Amino acid sequence: MTNGMVIIGAGECGGRAALALRDLGYDGPVTLVGDEPHLPYERPPLSKEAMASDAPVIKAIASDEILAERSIRHIHSVQAVAIDRAAHLVRLSDGSDLPYDKLLLATGSTPRKLPMPGLGPRCVYLRTFNDALAIRAHLSARNRIAIVGGGFIGLELAAAARRLGAAVTVIEAQPRILMRGVPAEIAKVIHEAHEAEGVKILCGDGIAAIADDGAEVRIALAGGLDIVADLAVIGIGAVPVIGLAAEAGLTIDNGIAVDAGLRTGDPAIFAAGDCCSFPLAVYGGRRVRLEAWRNAQEQGALAARNMLGAGESHAAVPWFWSDQYGLTLQISGLSDEGRSTVRRDLDDGAFILFHLAEDGRLVAASGIGPGNTVARDIRLAEMLIAKRAKPAPEALGSQTVKLKSLLAA
Amino acid sequence: MSDWVEACDAEDIDEEDVMRFDHEGRTFAIYRSPDDEYFATDGLCTHEKVHLADGLVMDDIIECPKHNGRFNYKTGAARGAPVCVNLRTYPVKLDAGKILIQIG
Ligand SMILES: Cc1cc2nc3c(=O)[nH]c(=O)nc-3n(C[C@H](O)[C@H](O)[C@H](O)COP(=O)(O)OP(=O)(O)OC[C@H]3O[C@@H](n4cnc5c(N)ncnc54)[C@H](O)[C@@H]3O)c2cc1C
Ligand code: FES
Repeated sequence: MTNGMVIIGAGECGGRAALALRDLGYDGPVTLVGDEPHLPYERPPLSKEAMASDAPVIKAIASDEILAERSIRHIHSVQAVAIDRAAHLVRLSDGSDLPYDKLLLATGSTPRKLPMPGLGPRCVYLRTFNDALAIRAHLSARNRIAIVGGGFIGLELAAAARRLGAAVTVIEAQPRILMRGVPAEIAKVIHEAHEAEGVKILCGDGIAAIADDGAEVRIALAGGLDIVADLAVIGIGAVPVIGLAAEAGLTIDNGIAVDAGLRTGDPAIFAAGDCCSFPLAVYGGRRVRLEAWRNAQEQGALAARNMLGAGESHAAVPWFWSDQYGLTLQISGLSDEGRSTVRRDLDDGAFILFHLAEDGRLVAASGIGPGNTVARDIRLAEMLIAKRAKPAPEALGSQTVKLKSLLAA
Repeated sequence: MSDWVEACDAEDIDEEDVMRFDHEGRTFAIYRSPDDEYFATDGLCTHEKVHLADGLVMDDIIECPKHNGRFNYKTGAARGAPVCVNLRTYPVKLDAGKILIQIG
């Protein structure tokens, strides 16, 4: 008798891990526990164009039929509340105990709360499909939306809200939007796109006070401005969901700390996706935590392999994208590893910034342009980064030199 | 077995590359493999409707430009997250330097 594999968190990472266990031929019990009432689903559409449709639908990672066909037991609307590591048991909020051979924590992240008094029912966060539906109800030409925080989720939502005619103000305390992880040159393109679409962006001004009377929110900025909105969406980053792991005595270090094989200090317990911090091989083992969709997929699949004993190490290069209006941004690698940049201009105003380390190694590439204009080059850059290549800056900067040819070199 | 349509010149596509071909309201992707064979599939990714011709061809794989979903363009088989639905493929033939595809 085997207790099988238990996965806590039925999101991108947990869902992919469950499917991967079956793809790998594992035929013991697989149980996926999630506290949301839905099938595992994709979050990226929740802030994007899809939100502008009349009735947004959930984009499931696997249907009930597929889960049944693959004998994946999905327990929804139930939270895992404790782990008994000695007994190999997970305690669930419905009072039951779930035994495991191997356990994967894929608990994700949750919006960072704005630490201020005065927030009320018209101040909301966006993480789940239910959050998105609640926000959608306020997106119309009659509404004023304040977005607190000029990060990706807020800006994407601003674009969707404009599509529906809402009046949108973005409030960012930093001197510019997208301070974290996005080069200023690219943030400027996004900033200008929003202004051209009629979004008001206020940077470099902190919030002094918030008052929410249940019908509208009044946000007083330190600089003296008062923003009044029907809804304030707060998007000031996310924090890893670590409570369960911390209480079980697992090491926490900006997330559930795992090794390159996604193992925690307990050989039976793995963690993956937004909730974990891990050593990134491509930057010499620098410990990072990523909040990125492809990472959640890759780590879900890697965790599945290692739960079955593969003993593999994470080797991927981080990759992220964002869509706003007709523009797509893609970033591979972490640009803060770079010391200098080389710009390559592409057709239609698209461009890519290559980030080079001191020794000339390509460490990241950030690109922006209409549609999928930057996709190929960003993907090729990712392969160059993985190879730890040191391409000649002149070659990177010249649109006529094909990146594919540098890869062969 | 008629409906062969001329898509482009064989030389229009580089080796290990892909080109978009639109015909009567439909869109296709035509590939030239590293070993110099030609293939055709539906033009749009099965994850979200994105033109695969903006993606990257590596050996017998086309990678979607949007979220890196992968397909084997010779068979249409989906090859990993986030794509799970296969691509439809179409027969291709070369005739006097032209690429023809059978779009039945
Ligand atoms: C609005 C939005 C837009 C995004 N857009 C992009 C994008 O454009 N590009 C990109 O690269 N990334 C994007 N992301 C990030 C991406 O969605 C995440 O990186 C990804 O979802 C992480 O997957 P995960 O499985 O680790 O966590 P999640 O998807 O957060 O899943 C974790 C799940 O575990 C559940 N859970 C937590 N604790 C427990 C418990 N104790 N018991 C039971 N269940 C529990 C949670 O409720 C949740 O359902 C976006 C995220 C959001 C919210
Ligand atoms: S649209 Fe092709 S992978 Fe998502």
